[in-house]
Amino acid sequence: MARMKFLLDAERCTECNACVTACKNEHEVPWGINRRRVVTLNDGKPGERSISMACMHCTDAPCMAVCPVDCFYKTAEGVVLHSKDLCIGCGYCFYACPFGAPQYPQAGNFGTRGKMDKCTFCAGGPEASTTDASFAKYGRNRLAEGKLPLCAEMCSTKALLGGDGDVIAGIYRERVATRGYGSGAWGWATAYGAPSRT
Amino acid sequence: MKSANILRSLVVGAALLVAGAASAQAPAPAPAAPAAAPPPVVSTAAPPMSRLDGVSVPAAGPSSYQSPSMRPEAGLMSNDAELLRALAPTRGQVTIPDQKLATLIQPAGRDWRAAVKGPIRVVGSWLLLGMCCLLIAFYLLRGKIMIDSGMSGRTVERFNSFERFVHWMTAGAFVVLAITGLNITYGRYLLLPLLGPDAFTAISVAFKYLHNYLAFGFMLGIVLMFVLWVRHNIPSKIDLQWIAVGGGLFAKGVHPPAEKFNAGQKIIFWSVIVGGVAISVSGVWLMFPFFLGDVASMQLMQVIHAVVSLVLTAIVIAHIYIGSLGMEQAFDAMGTGQVDENWAKEHHGLWLAKLKGQAAPQYKMGHD
Repeated sequence: MARMKFLLDAERCTECNACVTACKNEHEVPWGINRRRVVTLNDGKPGERSISMACMHCTDAPCMAVCPVDCFYKTAEGVVLHSKDLCIGCGYCFYACPFGAPQYPQAGNFGTRGKMDKCTFCAGGPEASTTDASFAKYGRNRLAEGKLPLCAEMCSTKALLGGDGDVIAGIYRERVATRGYGSGAWGWATAYGAPSRT
Repeated sequence: MKSANILRSLVVGAALLVAGAASAQAPAPAPAAPAAAPPPVVSTAAPPMSRLDGVSVPAAGPSSYQSPSMRPEAGLMSNDAELLRALAPTRGQVTIPDQKLATLIQPAGRDWRAAVKGPIRVVGSWLLLGMCCLLIAFYLLRGKIMIDSGMSGRTVERFNSFERFVHWMTAGAFVVLAITGLNITYGRYLLLPLLGPDAFTAISVAFKYLHNYLAFGFMLGIVLMFVLWVRHNIPSKIDLQWIAVGGGLFAKGVHPPAEKFNAGQKIIFWSVIVGGVAISVSGVWLMFPFFLGDVASMQLMQVIHAVVSLVLTAIVIAHIYIGSLGMEQAFDAMGTGQVDENWAKEHHGLWLAKLKGQAAPQYKMGHD
């Protein structure tokens, strides 16, 4: 079974924000919510790097651990999903997430944040994968259609890789060997723990 | 707009200072307010690099990658825990409106998780269960504390109707706030298995709204109780006498001097005032996300909120016990407001004497 992961090669990301746009379009993400964003470090300075960041679908996911109503679950492919029917909008997952992935549709005063929204690795939610209800809450379920996350699929420089962890790690390793240096698989140790040598 | 931002950062700064004192339990202090944060990644210094083993500091140019430890075949062998310690929180720029998302990684989230899932939850449960066990043991050993000289049949007014209204407004709000708050920490383990996910979410949502709105009744109650009773709760020498004999709680016939409030009640009063203010400030902070501070301050406020609430809940459990089951007539003081004169003489002798315009009774130290 594949273990789905994201990998961002900061040597290749050009901060085009196409992944952000594609995500919003594919899932019809509500205003104000960014399931994915591109952060540029040292903008305009030597050593500028851009990193596209979303939910990393952590191995030991902090959001799952701290959720007071236990609304998260992990699929067999390692994708961290949640039920918007169970979410109470308390904000705990947002406090715990190292990557700032959980988002809330409302400004949130008086505890009215609304249901948490985050990247689903294009894998929908607990509802049947092709229903309108599932699309409205979680967006398209591309994994159920045999496709990988759109952000990574359409990345023009293939800076963003999404798919089976072993496969994308292999692709990245090959790149590092070819160009002679790495640039860091951002957040990998945080998300997936000690890396496994395969 | 600008002044609002400045105000906000001032408030954040002040709160972090205040919180600093209470942050023994807090997650590793948020690595400084954003304004004071060091520029994220400018260092080309080798030390972190040599430990990174494949994950490089993004700021470093390709030449930095030539260090011997950076073997290409190391590939993904990353140790970004080290990297995070060196850089966190890594803040850059985003071209989307939500500037909060410019923070790339906030490792403090893991500290917060560790605090919430570890010490707070575990110590909190021991605190509450421990208090209950203590009170049960006390009840079994001492029983209900009766009026030693029996009822006189004559009553005096101890708390007027407004005082009782304020007390019960605060108390009612507190009990609901405590239960609904404990649900957030323990409901997943105690109620979720019983009720199932759908029902548990339904009550948790209702609890959340109760918690958020009744909080205002509690906060008003704290202010009113302070105004009503602070002048009776200034610590005095008499309190030492009371404390020296354990308030007479542990033996029959021991009745140390006390004014309107004895030392034990003063402890309750100041616990509620100080704890209540801490809970109120941190609670309001969390109720208006990002209005008063960033995620780091919210993590800190959540820890303060949880810790102080658990401690205050344990104290209040003891207060509820002694005010109901634990002592004859104690409930009437806040129930009808009328207490028997003999009760007042035994437990608040100086207050009763003053109330009736009599000379203060003589107390000697120790047992009488």
